[in-house]
Amino acid sequence: MEITKLTVHELQEKLKAKELTITDITKAYVDNIEKHEKDVQAFITPITDEAIKNAENIQAKVDSGEIKGSLAGIPIGIKDNICTKGIKTTCASKMLENFVSPYNATIMEKIEAENMINLGKLNMDEFAMGASTEYSYFKKTRNPWNLNTVPGGSSGGSAAAVASNMVPWAIGSDTGGSIRQPSSFCGVVGLKPTYGLVSRYGLVAFASSLDQIGPITKDVTDAAILLNVISGHDEKDTTSVNKEKVDYNKALKGDVKGLKIGLPKEYFGEGINPEVKEKLNEAIETYKKLGATVEECSLNIADYALATYYIIACAEASSNLGRFDGIRYGYRTQNYESLKDIYRNSRSEGFGPEVKRRIILGTYVLSSGYYDAYYKKAQQVRTLVKKEFDKAFEKYDVLLTPTSPTVAFEIGTRSNNPLEMYLADICTVSVNIAGLPGISVPCGVDSKGMPIGMQLIGNKFAEETILNAAYTYEQEFKFREKYNPEFKKV
Amino acid sequence: MLKEDYEIVIGLEVHAELSTKTKIFCSCPTEFGAEPNTHTCPVCMAMPGALPVLNEKVVEYAVKAGLATDCTIARESKNDRKNYFYPDLPKSYQISQFDKPLCTNGKVTIEEDGEEKVIGITRIHIEEDAGKLNHNEFGSGSLVDLNRAGVPLIEIVSEPDMRSSRDAENYLRKIKSILEYIEVSDCKMQEGSLRADVNVSVRKKGAKEFGTRTEMKNMNSFRSIVRAIDYEAERQIEVLENGGKIDQETLRWDDVSGKTFSMRDKEDAQDYRYFPEPDLVAIRLSDEYIENIRKNLPELPESRKKRYLEEYKLTEKDSRMLTASKYMSNLFEEALEICGNAKAVANWLLSDVSRILNEKELEPEQIPFTAEELAKMIMLIEKGTISSAIGKKVLEELFENPRDPQKIIEEKGWIQISDEGAIKEVVMRILENNQQSIIDFKAGKDRALGFLVGQAMKETKGKANPKMLNDMFLEELKK
Repeated sequence: MEITKLTVHELQEKLKAKELTITDITKAYVDNIEKHEKDVQAFITPITDEAIKNAENIQAKVDSGEIKGSLAGIPIGIKDNICTKGIKTTCASKMLENFVSPYNATIMEKIEAENMINLGKLNMDEFAMGASTEYSYFKKTRNPWNLNTVPGGSSGGSAAAVASNMVPWAIGSDTGGSIRQPSSFCGVVGLKPTYGLVSRYGLVAFASSLDQIGPITKDVTDAAILLNVISGHDEKDTTSVNKEKVDYNKALKGDVKGLKIGLPKEYFGEGINPEVKEKLNEAIETYKKLGATVEECSLNIADYALATYYIIACAEASSNLGRFDGIRYGYRTQNYESLKDIYRNSRSEGFGPEVKRRIILGTYVLSSGYYDAYYKKAQQVRTLVKKEFDKAFEKYDVLLTPTSPTVAFEIGTRSNNPLEMYLADICTVSVNIAGLPGISVPCGVDSKGMPIGMQLIGNKFAEETILNAAYTYEQEFKFREKYNPEFKKV
Repeated sequence: MLKEDYEIVIGLEVHAELSTKTKIFCSCPTEFGAEPNTHTCPVCMAMPGALPVLNEKVVEYAVKAGLATDCTIARESKNDRKNYFYPDLPKSYQISQFDKPLCTNGKVTIEEDGEEKVIGITRIHIEEDAGKLNHNEFGSGSLVDLNRAGVPLIEIVSEPDMRSSRDAENYLRKIKSILEYIEVSDCKMQEGSLRADVNVSVRKKGAKEFGTRTEMKNMNSFRSIVRAIDYEAERQIEVLENGGKIDQETLRWDDVSGKTFSMRDKEDAQDYRYFPEPDLVAIRLSDEYIENIRKNLPELPESRKKRYLEEYKLTEKDSRMLTASKYMSNLFEEALEICGNAKAVANWLLSDVSRILNEKELEPEQIPFTAEELAKMIMLIEKGTISSAIGKKVLEELFENPRDPQKIIEEKGWIQISDEGAIKEVVMRILENNQQSIIDFKAGKDRALGFLVGQAMKETKGKANPKMLNDMFLEELKK
């Protein structure tokens, strides 16, 4: 049995049947990190020796009955923009190269309460700004399906680590597609929950009104299990919603009869790679076969979504990243004679080019004289986007689109062309703008063997609907039985 | 220069720290004077990933202030970010309110020489205070103390309705008094919990348009505000009279030189890039919530003044002066409770106590003695244990080293002599040594009696009971 190929729910069964110990599992993952990390480069801070000690500790406590719970001893990887007490949280930036958070993010408290084992902090685009993980200050993560291609981003380290079996599952964050797009590129499942379902406390903010934390997993069942752990109201985040807890596992019924699926035609037009379209069409046929009704629909605002997204996200980022000023923590320039120098030089030297680009863009759209033309207008369009989705969800339970217009692209081909990089988000950003839940599920590979992802979008707090739709498809299509990453060096 | 030809136009932006137990966006204490950076947490230190949570008490206190100043309370309001870089501002933005403040369109009434004047209040909004920069005693540069970062403030913006520094002082005193009465702020100017920025412009009398205004900061007493306004108005008039132009700018008042200085050059004009705070949800208040606060609003100075007029039969002026400061007014009521003599307590507070406060440049809340000590002193006079002349000396003592007045007079040997035998002895001795006065008195010169009593007081160091002295001299002289 190859332990690291098992999903978390399979590991849980093996643990329950005492076919495996917690230590066996952690050791298997640590071995796999040693095997693949040199190629994949998914970790910024791996935690291996300590993870094994941790595992032995938890095993002993489980044996003595001190701790219970079906997730005790399950390893996990964490995107490096989630604050972890006592462990570096770098946001893949020189600015926070040596920053150790004095507190835990709320989701880390929840993960620790389940006695899961943190295998390390995962690579990402600097401050989650990017779609390829090439904008990390530390390293470029490789896509395990083809090491010359990007894993997507910004949660590229999380998606690549799950795809290469270096962690059984991982935490990512999604502001404009940063969970779903890398999941699509790496052939894994990625869920961006409804805005407000998961506490953002301790997630280093990129764009506060768009950011959400979510799971990246091997299959849909694991996504439901991890969502059960991390979701729920948090007093420390007033934008988190106070609603009754749901057991998302129970939503996985394996039946989509009568499910109404809409296909927004704007997401199937020009710019979508034909091979991506082809696999999507096959998935659509599968849904029809399973008893869902599928019809084309329209989301009129799709054309404006990307511009709106970049205005709002950059505006918020320009303000959120102001706190990295070299005064209290983080990078401080050696080169200063005045207070202005400290600010200017610390930020010039500490931030990478993409972060600077977005801070400048955001500062511009908020400045007096331009606010009405950009920021205010973008907020008005945001309202329209929400209304368009509301209208669509009066008719449909789920909207189905590609997750990304293309499969993973080659390293270095877009990193110097910001506009082309921004297009990688075109299918995912409107979901963040409207605050909706979206899941990416693998639906095949292209002629070169690169994974293709399908995005299912639900109404607010309709995670159960999209999880069930994704699960039912997954049970039928069985992606993981057909395809596996080969760590190709082309 | 024809100063009389000009009219001064003044508007105030008052910042008051709210006396909530915890900060506006986290649960750190707001207490003043703690060791640097001990009242901090990831939220008020602006650690990456930390989020603000609005303290509901802050909204309640601001609504109280709005209702007490006749404002309209917004049913829906929101927070905004004001972005700028400064080391005392850890997030690099201040969470404030921009276009939807909690309270708008209010007013307060001020009085000068019995004449009433209404000053409009444009708005009251909530925001967070910044930290403090301290001189580094161990080396170069500055040290940042974030204990004050996140302490809740309300900013009260007035209409440009004031026309003299006197108006401005009266307005500020009124605001202070209201905030004290409704118990939302300590309003201690010396600790910085009440601060005012002053906008001043001048225009020719009768002109319709306002002149260009300047904004002055860094005044930390009523006196410096008055001085700053008078100085700045005169400066502006002089500039205009010399054919110059006023620049709209921010000025720093320097209390030592008594002058204003430009704070930043014009190229540095700040663009705060306000935008709605995405980490906080909108503030929605129900009618019921607002009505409930209105119903439970404490007694305001106006109604207390009315009560003093009716219940204690004090004069209009005395009632107004007593109620101007909540501290003074409370002292009055507590002392009255103990000694029962409203007139006497009012007189002591408004004459001698107020005079000493003025001399020492103290605010009423800095009065060191208790109401009980004041009441006991008054009762000692009423009982005849001391004279009111001694009373004044006791009051001085109470300011220097407050303690039980009974103890003071015992220690100092100030107890009035009311023993008939002892007084008789003094009277006889004085008469013997002042034969001429007896002759004068008998010749109809009443003044002689006063002289004799004075001599006796002098000999007893003011301790002899003046009434007994008087009676006894008369008795002897008429023999």
